[in-house]
Amino acid sequence: MYDFNYHRPKDVKEAVKLLKGADDGVAMSGGMTLIPTMKQRLAAPSDVVDVAGVTGSGIKAQAKKIVIKAGTTHAEVAAHAGIQKHCPSLAALAGGIGDPHVRNKGTIGGSIANNDPAADYPAACLALNAKITTNRRSIDADKFFKGLFETALKDNEIITEIEFAVPKRGAYAKFPNPASRYAMVGAYVADHGRGGVRVAVSGAADCAHRSKAMEKALDGDFSAAALDSVSVSPEGMNEDIHASAEYRAHLVTVMAKRAVTAAG
Amino acid sequence: MTSTGIGARVPRKEDQRFITGNGNYTDDINLPKQTYAYFVRSPHAHAKLGRINTKAAEAAPGVVAVLTGKDVEKDGVGGLICGWMIHSKDGSPMNAGPHPILAHGKVRYVGDHVAVVVAETQAQAKAAAELVEVSYKVLPAVADTAGATSAKAEVHDGIANNLVYNWSIGEEDAVNAAFDSAAHVTSLDLVNNRLAPNAMEPRAAIGAFDPGTDSYTLYTTSQNPHVARLVLSAFIGIAPEHKLRVIAPDVGGGFGSKIFIYAEETVCVWASRKVGRPIKWTGGRDEAFLADAHGRDHVTTAEAAMDADGKIQALRVKTTANMGAYLSTFASCVPTYLYATLLSGQYAIPQIYAEVDAVYTNTAPVDAYRGAGRPEATYVVERIVETAAREMGIDPAEFRSRNFVREFPHQTPVIMCYDAGDYQASLDKACEMIKYGSFENRRKKSQKAGKMRGIGFSTYIEACGIAPSAAVGSLGAGVGLWESAEVRVKPTGNVEVLTGSHSHGQGHETTFAQLVSDRLGIPIDQVEIVHGDTDKVQFGMGTYGSRSGAVGMTAISKALDKVEAKARKVASHVMEAAEGDIEFKDGSFTVKGTDKAMAFGEVALAAYVAHSFPTTEIEPGLKEGAFHDPANFTFPAGCHVCEVEVDPETGVVEIVDWVAVDDFGNIINPNIVEGQVHGGIAQGVGQALTENCVYDAESGQLLSGSYMDYCMPRADNFPTFRLDFTITECPTNPLGIKGCGEAGAIAAPPAVMNAVTHAIGVKNMPMPATPMNVWNALKSSV
Repeated sequence: MYDFNYHRPKDVKEAVKLLKGADDGVAMSGGMTLIPTMKQRLAAPSDVVDVAGVTGSGIKAQAKKIVIKAGTTHAEVAAHAGIQKHCPSLAALAGGIGDPHVRNKGTIGGSIANNDPAADYPAACLALNAKITTNRRSIDADKFFKGLFETALKDNEIITEIEFAVPKRGAYAKFPNPASRYAMVGAYVADHGRGGVRVAVSGAADCAHRSKAMEKALDGDFSAAALDSVSVSPEGMNEDIHASAEYRAHLVTVMAKRAVTAAG
Repeated sequence: MTSTGIGARVPRKEDQRFITGNGNYTDDINLPKQTYAYFVRSPHAHAKLGRINTKAAEAAPGVVAVLTGKDVEKDGVGGLICGWMIHSKDGSPMNAGPHPILAHGKVRYVGDHVAVVVAETQAQAKAAAELVEVSYKVLPAVADTAGATSAKAEVHDGIANNLVYNWSIGEEDAVNAAFDSAAHVTSLDLVNNRLAPNAMEPRAAIGAFDPGTDSYTLYTTSQNPHVARLVLSAFIGIAPEHKLRVIAPDVGGGFGSKIFIYAEETVCVWASRKVGRPIKWTGGRDEAFLADAHGRDHVTTAEAAMDADGKIQALRVKTTANMGAYLSTFASCVPTYLYATLLSGQYAIPQIYAEVDAVYTNTAPVDAYRGAGRPEATYVVERIVETAAREMGIDPAEFRSRNFVREFPHQTPVIMCYDAGDYQASLDKACEMIKYGSFENRRKKSQKAGKMRGIGFSTYIEACGIAPSAAVGSLGAGVGLWESAEVRVKPTGNVEVLTGSHSHGQGHETTFAQLVSDRLGIPIDQVEIVHGDTDKVQFGMGTYGSRSGAVGMTAISKALDKVEAKARKVASHVMEAAEGDIEFKDGSFTVKGTDKAMAFGEVALAAYVAHSFPTTEIEPGLKEGAFHDPANFTFPAGCHVCEVEVDPETGVVEIVDWVAVDDFGNIINPNIVEGQVHGGIAQGVGQALTENCVYDAESGQLLSGSYMDYCMPRADNFPTFRLDFTITECPTNPLGIKGCGEAGAIAAPPAVMNAVTHAIGVKNMPMPATPMNVWNALKSSV
């Protein structure tokens, strides 16, 4: 790890000021991606601005919507009684991220801002039609995730909270990478009733994305069998030593079907 | 037997200190004025080394020295050696390229050592290492085992086709004739995947030079400190043997990877004199993946010829073994004498012929890893036996029974002479435990749940207790493989045992003490096992090849014989009885037919007090040493059975049951033996299901360089293992023991792969059976 300046601002305004003033500043929330990257000397920011404290943690869970402050840890989401009641699939997703250490330190805001293709939360945002609020604006999840580690966030823009629409039913099915246990393929299927079915896929491509073809098929017939008619192309799928593009494409269908079945 | 004697389930003495953080590992040791080393490693798999500019690094904060291959050359320090000469089929000696401790002229794999930075702190050394400017001219690389001989890249200039040797064993013509008249021939192409060893403690070293005595001390994570000293002094020429002390303190696992003498510790010793201060190097996990000697990496075509009854008539094997970029310390013997000599398995096979091409590639060196050659052999034999049985429509257990060796000693066509065993007994017991007869019911049940169930056998044999010095010497070994021990009885009756074996997880402090406890009738708390220091233990060959029990303990046993004989003399003198009337039992010397008795401790005291000894007949003191050179290898064997369920949609394999019936001869401590079996199976399952060390075929970059991509097996990969034992005593050592450290890792891979191929109904698929590989196999079988 290279030397860097560590800042713990008291509010968002100060955080932005610190980021603006730094040569090469970076906002850190739980640090579960940033710190290992820095330890491996793959990242060398001049300044690390710890924003977990300023965005704060907190959850408001209602029958129609769930609002989670950006600094909320995965463990807090997983264990929240209101989320477990109204949106158990989201609680289960949070409870399946990383390991206990990561879940108790990593935050929802950090995960979304980082937009790792193998992260779980981006799929939740897309499937649950999330609105991502920052210090400047509110962004629809559909317009937020732009590409590999790329989001709609501008420089010095900090996520403050995320609002999820609670579906009638939903489930996230993850096929973990055998080594890292990140999502090699994850599928979040959410039936929003009149709002339609949303299917979000993580892990498979360079960025979490919706499968419109699957959504269409499930809109008329919310059953695993309905997905038999949808073919998932390997084109654009990630390839590595654990999974070829073909295998990943195949797993998208398998995981989506399992999510549909689990959603009931 | 005392409550802490042979066979007792004694908790491990050493665990208290390990689990309370009181172990003393190399990195725990800090010497006055110590500096820290960090290695500049090649980012390229194959490149010509141009100018190395060290100026900026030398000027960086805290830097003490920056040294390169030129400095090594200037000082006349030799390269690393391979200690086993293999001759090719045509009689020519193996082609061994140079193995400098810091690269000279070329770099040959990603992670190859280019320069070392020595600084006041580790962080400073690491930071300065980035300032070392190296100019490389990148050359074409070869990483692929099978393609090495036809590759464009020449790893070592002048070694044609990257061929280290083309070695063979057995009678080729006789084998070919057997194939010509066979009723059935089974053929398989097998890949034995490359593994990274992953001991819990990464390698580390501290080199220290003492100008006052003109001598060096090396603290190192070694499985065999005496061999390290011998190689460093006699071959590399760092220092005369009596001026070099090597200490291997607590070592956190080795699995073979810490047998070898590496560049890092050699550089630390050499450079400590140059900088006039001790130098510590502590390897990171990233460096372990790059530069620890890897294991396995064979590509094999195997054929078996059967008669109409399913009796194997001959085996024909052609293997290409990847040696990596350099020949590591024992690399050459692994795919030859530790591999092909076990190709007879548990079976009476009249003719076997094997040919092995060892090849250089631009990858990390490959050497012995838990099992070393024997897992590769067992994989070939057990996969082909299972496949032959399936092809001939014979039950695989029955097929094995038809071919088992049943009379001992049994001379195989590939050097080994099996001394004792009962292979049917372990197979029968395993079949009973797994309820083989009702497998079909379980299969149907799985099918109803959408799963494909399979069962796989592995009736393995291995050669342990390495090894008779005369035998290995005749096959090219540079050393003899005996073991030494010294038993020092203190005046109060406490006992110190110095052993040339080295414990790095095996529990010698417990099992060796149990032997002493058993023999001398004293509690194990009164026994101290000393190992791992060349200044304390006179000499030793170290721990690998499941040799510490059969060879190391036998040496202790012999020394105990001498101690007992001497103690009898002392007792007879003190109790004024004829020596022939002295009896020794449960720690007490008695005089036959009298009530005279002396406890072992009293005799020890008498031996040291020696007031009234006739010193011409009895010397004072009670201390004896012994060397033991085994008469033969030992042959642990057994039967492992694995049941799996495969999810046909995802290719995920779940091991649902595991039965192991092993014959290790007599067992000293069942706790420790069961632990070894569990750990061995876990490593074998790791190879079969999850672990795979992968290089990019074009660039030679390591693609599995961290735990994000190198998949270690975890607790949720395993069912509860069900273990049992059969016992045939080993006839060539007084304890009747065979060795247990590698059995699980040897037995497990074919058991898993036989079960997976059985489940999904394919003849063959690559190991490891990762979800993708299983899915691919399923898809291609449709």
